[in-house]
Amino acid sequence: MSLTWIVIFTAGGLLFGALAALAARDATGRLNALTRRARPWLMLSASVTALYWLQSSTPIRHLDFWLPTGTLGLTGLVWAATLKPRPATGAKRPDQTAAGPGTPDLRATLLTGLVMAGIVALIASTRYVDALCCLTPSRPPEIGAAGMALLMCVAVSVIVARLATGRAWLDAALVALLLALFVALKTEPLTAGVSALLRALTGQSVSQASALDVRWLGFSYIAFRLIHVLRDHAGGRLPALSLREFVTYVVFFPALAAGPIDRAERFVKDLRGWDAGPNAAAARVEDVAEGLRRILIGVFKKFAIADSLALIALNPINAGQIQSMGWAWVLLYAYAFRLYFDFSGYTDIAIGMGRLFGARLPENFDRPYLRPNLTMFWNSWHMTLANWFRAYWFNPLTRWLRTAGGASLNASVIIFIGQTSTMLLIGLWHGVTWNYALWGAWHAAGLFIHNRWTAWARSRQAGSPTSAWRARITHMLSVALTFHFVALGWVWFVLPDVGQAVALFARLFGG
Amino acid sequence: MRGISTRRIAIKALLLFVVVNVVFALTDPLPAIGSLSAYNLIFPGRPRLPYSDFPERAYSLSLYNLNAMFASHEIAAGPRPSGEYRVLLIGDSSVWGFLLRPDDTLAARINAGGRTLPDGRRLRAYNLGYPIMSVTKDLLLLQHAMRYEPDLIVWLVTLESLPAGRQLLHPLTQNNAGAVRGLIADYGLPLDASDARLLDPSFIERTLIGQRRNMADVIRLQVYGALWAATGIDQDYPDYEPAAIDLEADETFHDLKPPVLRAEDLALEVLRAGHHLAGDTPILIVNEPILISNGRNSDIRYNFFYPRWAYDQYRVIMAEQARQQGWRYLDLWDVVPMGEFTNSAVHLTPAGSQLLADRIAQQIVAGEQ
Repeated sequence: MSLTWIVIFTAGGLLFGALAALAARDATGRLNALTRRARPWLMLSASVTALYWLQSSTPIRHLDFWLPTGTLGLTGLVWAATLKPRPATGAKRPDQTAAGPGTPDLRATLLTGLVMAGIVALIASTRYVDALCCLTPSRPPEIGAAGMALLMCVAVSVIVARLATGRAWLDAALVALLLALFVALKTEPLTAGVSALLRALTGQSVSQASALDVRWLGFSYIAFRLIHVLRDHAGGRLPALSLREFVTYVVFFPALAAGPIDRAERFVKDLRGWDAGPNAAAARVEDVAEGLRRILIGVFKKFAIADSLALIALNPINAGQIQSMGWAWVLLYAYAFRLYFDFSGYTDIAIGMGRLFGARLPENFDRPYLRPNLTMFWNSWHMTLANWFRAYWFNPLTRWLRTAGGASLNASVIIFIGQTSTMLLIGLWHGVTWNYALWGAWHAAGLFIHNRWTAWARSRQAGSPTSAWRARITHMLSVALTFHFVALGWVWFVLPDVGQAVALFARLFGG
Repeated sequence: MRGISTRRIAIKALLLFVVVNVVFALTDPLPAIGSLSAYNLIFPGRPRLPYSDFPERAYSLSLYNLNAMFASHEIAAGPRPSGEYRVLLIGDSSVWGFLLRPDDTLAARINAGGRTLPDGRRLRAYNLGYPIMSVTKDLLLLQHAMRYEPDLIVWLVTLESLPAGRQLLHPLTQNNAGAVRGLIADYGLPLDASDARLLDPSFIERTLIGQRRNMADVIRLQVYGALWAATGIDQDYPDYEPAAIDLEADETFHDLKPPVLRAEDLALEVLRAGHHLAGDTPILIVNEPILISNGRNSDIRYNFFYPRWAYDQYRVIMAEQARQQGWRYLDLWDVVPMGEFTNSAVHLTPAGSQLLADRIAQQIVAGEQ
């Protein structure tokens, strides 16, 4: 997200926040009620618009229009598949009719569909108005083609909604579809293949196909949210969500490009629970002040600190040019801090923007480089991603290994399998390449060693008192050790060539 | 406890913002800020002035803050060492060392010779060349460089750096309008002090917001010091097309046509001003080597830059001026063979650079005997 976009979204959020604060002071309460009604529509409209606006350009004709449309199609499809609640829970949908649980309010759904379709149609129609063209990076396709695509999305969603009743395999099939898309987009040769296919379909030169052609805005995060709702739906834990709530949750614009990965039930609580009581005005002002504060902190972190560090941060070009051990460490430290300030800066901006609209997105970072061990590091670095993997991979896997799948395995083997597979998957989430896999393996090894060390140390130190100063020194050394382990791990992360990474390790240690 | 007043915070922030910008515009602290440098303290000084259009690959950048440029140079490392015979090399990109590693530039090759003068002083050359051909740009840099107490200035020139119309083309001169106007006034240079190319920032442009790009450049130069220190790289080395050997049958030189090149067409006053500015410090003017083509139409032109008629007359004019003014002058136009040029008719290969260095160093040592 560029600074211009941040300024525009922030200005919009501030305007909304200011109006909401003024409306909350209205003695009649009518203005406040109006703002309450307008807010979810505003969040939906802004998010759908941002989906197209923030999509980066691509050399494949109209793909910068079709990818956001694909996101909306997938979101609608998953919503349709999760319409019928699984037996365990299923609170009454706010727009449900008396027809019974799982039956959405047709009017509200139609209205949401119309609003979304209207926005997409407006964006598509900018191709005919030179003065307005274009919200998308390139000229959108013919409005007829856009209309046909929307109709197809609706038709498929309706079919899926009808299929959904009692068919658990549908959730699994959609998860498989999302994973397949994920793998296709994260594996360079496959992405290049997708590009070639799309180029062939649009009559463009297939020989120029490249993995860089297909850059789907926020797909990683969107897929994680969709998988989360499908898994929770399958487990009967998903609350009932209207189409408007669902789409806003999945494509909420502040969290589109770089997270955080919120949980649907938490997000929807914010969406529905906007305070309308006597403290509403104070709450609105607090939202605006806190939102602005987080945005300013985020902008400073990202554009002042991270972008300055980026000038000297380790990268595949300068890694091969470094002439001394000392400066190699400086460049590595610069990369470590650049990554943190960049990512946490974006998170601050996202949280701040969300707050302007009254949504409290979850925190993603909590001073990760000050953690005394790797386990605590992963509890404070990209927390929502780590929590996602914990909830949907590590916990189910280790539970299964403890019971059905590997009941004979001892605890340390189960932990090893769980941590290694989790960290490898987190690594591969960044891209299906050897260096990301090695980065995941590096952390898996660190986590396992820490786990075993803790168990061993606990057994030895049980009952023996530790002085305060000794504890303090141990803590500081642990922080330094953990930070350096993480920083060295970034070598795998930043250098795509494994040989180059090994050479840099040699340089870092005096080779 | 009283609550935080958002309105008060906003008003104070706005006030502070206005005050900082107004004070910045009134005091113009950028030159002073440019003098603050981590080079020669944390990072080694650069062996040539910072210049690049591709900072992310060169770990260097072009900026207009002369204090910052010089503060990043190794010449600003501290007091002149005793026993050093300090020679400043000024000129264009051939002196700066376009496409040459720092160890292959003219200054580096002179220093690699490890020459000493008859009085025992060690010959030490400093590269103060800067790309783009303009003797006024050279004069601007010379004015700044005089504080480093040179024993000798070697000023490499070529015909392309002398046409009067080209003198203010360089962004460095345009963005240091005050200093250039000062030179025009002090030395009576035949240049228009009210030339629209000399940029005079408005009040708003002089505020911190208006100067944010220049401020950012100063900071970026410091930040890139780490990569310069780590890699020893200070310019981009792209693949290049060799300088043209086959030439157009074109006899024009800028807006001049054969047969006569007049001394008035050249900014020779700038060279005279340089001598005034240097005072007692001697200047050796060197006509730098050019590519002498043997390709198509080489009977009409020496190279891409020069038709033969103009360049031949330029050499005569320079020799005549040197004789009349009593300048030390060395014409090395043909000392480098055609194969030792890179992407332009004045950019040398390492071997070409060594050839030129040997000739200039000999002249320097001979001049002190």
